[in-house]
Amino acid sequence: MSGPPLLEVQNISKAFGGIQALSGVSFNVHSRDIFGIIGPNGSGKTTLVNSITGFVRIDSGKVNFQGREISNLPPHKIADLGVTRTFQIMRPYYSLPAYKNLIIPLFSPRARRTGGWRGGGKLGDRDTVGIDILEEIGFERDSQVPYKLASTLPTGYLKRLELARCLALRPELILCDEVFSGLSMSEIASMLPLIERLQMEGITLIMIEHRLKELFRVANRVLVMNFGQKLIEGSPEEVMADPKVKEAYLGSEDLSDYV
Amino acid sequence: MAGADVRKERLDRGIKVRTSGIYAISGGKEIGYLILPRLVLIAGLLLLPLVVTNPYWQRVISIVGIYALLALSFDFLTHYVGLVSLGGAFFVGVGGYLAALLNTKLGLSPLFSIPLATVGGGLFCTLAILPCLPLRGVYFSIVTLMYPLLAMRVIEALNIFGGTEGIMGVASFPNRWVEQYSLIVVLLLALFGLRRLVNTDLGLVFRAVKDNDQAVKASGINITHYKTLAVFISASLACLGGAYLVHIYMWAGISTLALDFSIIPIAATVIGGGGTLVGPVLGALILVPISELLRAFGTLRIVFYALILMAFIVFRSEGIMVYAQRKYHQFEKWVQV
Repeated sequence: MSGPPLLEVQNISKAFGGIQALSGVSFNVHSRDIFGIIGPNGSGKTTLVNSITGFVRIDSGKVNFQGREISNLPPHKIADLGVTRTFQIMRPYYSLPAYKNLIIPLFSPRARRTGGWRGGGKLGDRDTVGIDILEEIGFERDSQVPYKLASTLPTGYLKRLELARCLALRPELILCDEVFSGLSMSEIASMLPLIERLQMEGITLIMIEHRLKELFRVANRVLVMNFGQKLIEGSPEEVMADPKVKEAYLGSEDLSDYV
Repeated sequence: MAGADVRKERLDRGIKVRTSGIYAISGGKEIGYLILPRLVLIAGLLLLPLVVTNPYWQRVISIVGIYALLALSFDFLTHYVGLVSLGGAFFVGVGGYLAALLNTKLGLSPLFSIPLATVGGGLFCTLAILPCLPLRGVYFSIVTLMYPLLAMRVIEALNIFGGTEGIMGVASFPNRWVEQYSLIVVLLLALFGLRRLVNTDLGLVFRAVKDNDQAVKASGINITHYKTLAVFISASLACLGGAYLVHIYMWAGISTLALDFSIIPIAATVIGGGGTLVGPVLGALILVPISELLRAFGTLRIVFYALILMAFIVFRSEGIMVYAQRKYHQFEKWVQV
């Protein structure tokens, strides 16, 4: 990859009380990467996303986006620069119909500037733009689905709605916190082309996943986290071949390590 | 009728097309069906001053209108923005004192002092509440509860604004028609204005802040801006109520900061049906006259009042309007099995 990185994470640390959730994590994400982050439960993946997007304050280290420092900016300012995120525990506006969920991101200053995912600098009628985005992301326009209350939608659609909420801002970078978890094999299979299409359009993705097989199909770089630290970083093949990764997931094969 | 071979069938009326929020209207009958409840409310409120002849109950109409404004202000902030404010009395006091000062010190007539107290009081209350906006849930409620208590003691201790005596000699309305009709018109405007507001895109952002403020932040929206705006709207409405109160009683005192003005609007909202906006108006229309009727019981008044409230909450906890709206959109019939 040539050129300066889109996102530079430099040596960031975060402790919650006595628990060191992140210690000295550094990595770079380049434009149009699909950057996977994997690791066992509790290894600090979600804290990493929260730190980059401003939802938790980091204790030390630096995050740069497009060469500009964004560490510890409030979340709405970071989102305004084009760094958006999905939530692991889905956070739709349950009392609103699916397409009305997109009114909120389309109301933001960034969407007004960019016009939304396909807006080309001009924001049209928010209801129409919202339904267009939902259609592109897999809500059948002529069905009732886009008009249903978010509280009545199944998980598959809610995960897509999370992504749609990011896309409505016309983001540069999306941090996806486990968009595949809870989905059936066929639902994941239909999401993968969408992920690839976003990459083709120039949107960079950071994907936290437990579904390694699917992740490795789309990702070009993978970071492995363990106990809040970076274990290794490399291409999917390098990561898969590394014995440390197997150890982190399955425990040490050699008991003498513990003795 | 309910024999072995018949059963009750419940249908949703056809008008309610299955896309919540969007109604497809296909004829005069349906339009009439939608307009009727609104017409009943508007006509009912406008007729009230005409049909009530007893001077005592005429005064109660104005009090109902004021409590309806307060309940509306509470319902909006609670059910559409997610901020449960117990500081209603603070808003009323600020609006009331401001109107009284504008009237007695600057000599402004109610025509000017009430709008100025509404906007100015709204601004003042918003600035005062600003430090609490990052708080959520019960913490916001508890802190806002402190405002009226604090304001009352400050006025008492510093002996400002007439101290415990209050500000006397506030101008009243030219006659009861102006007083009651302006209040009813203002109330209707506030009610229908708010109902419209919550369904605009701006209103959706308010509702999203209530549903899920984290996702709103992640959408690049500064939620503090929108909470501030919502508090301003709500506080202005309550200040409007306070300004009316002062001009009706021709007096502003520390009792305009009494917790009744925080609590009774909440009771009205619960009884009427929270989140419907019209429910709180209805709740005030029921609660305030009941409270007046119970004066006959003297000291036991509060006991009966509390019992009625409890009965409402136990037997119709969703609120009258929520229940009525559901029933209005359904009809039941007996069918042969």
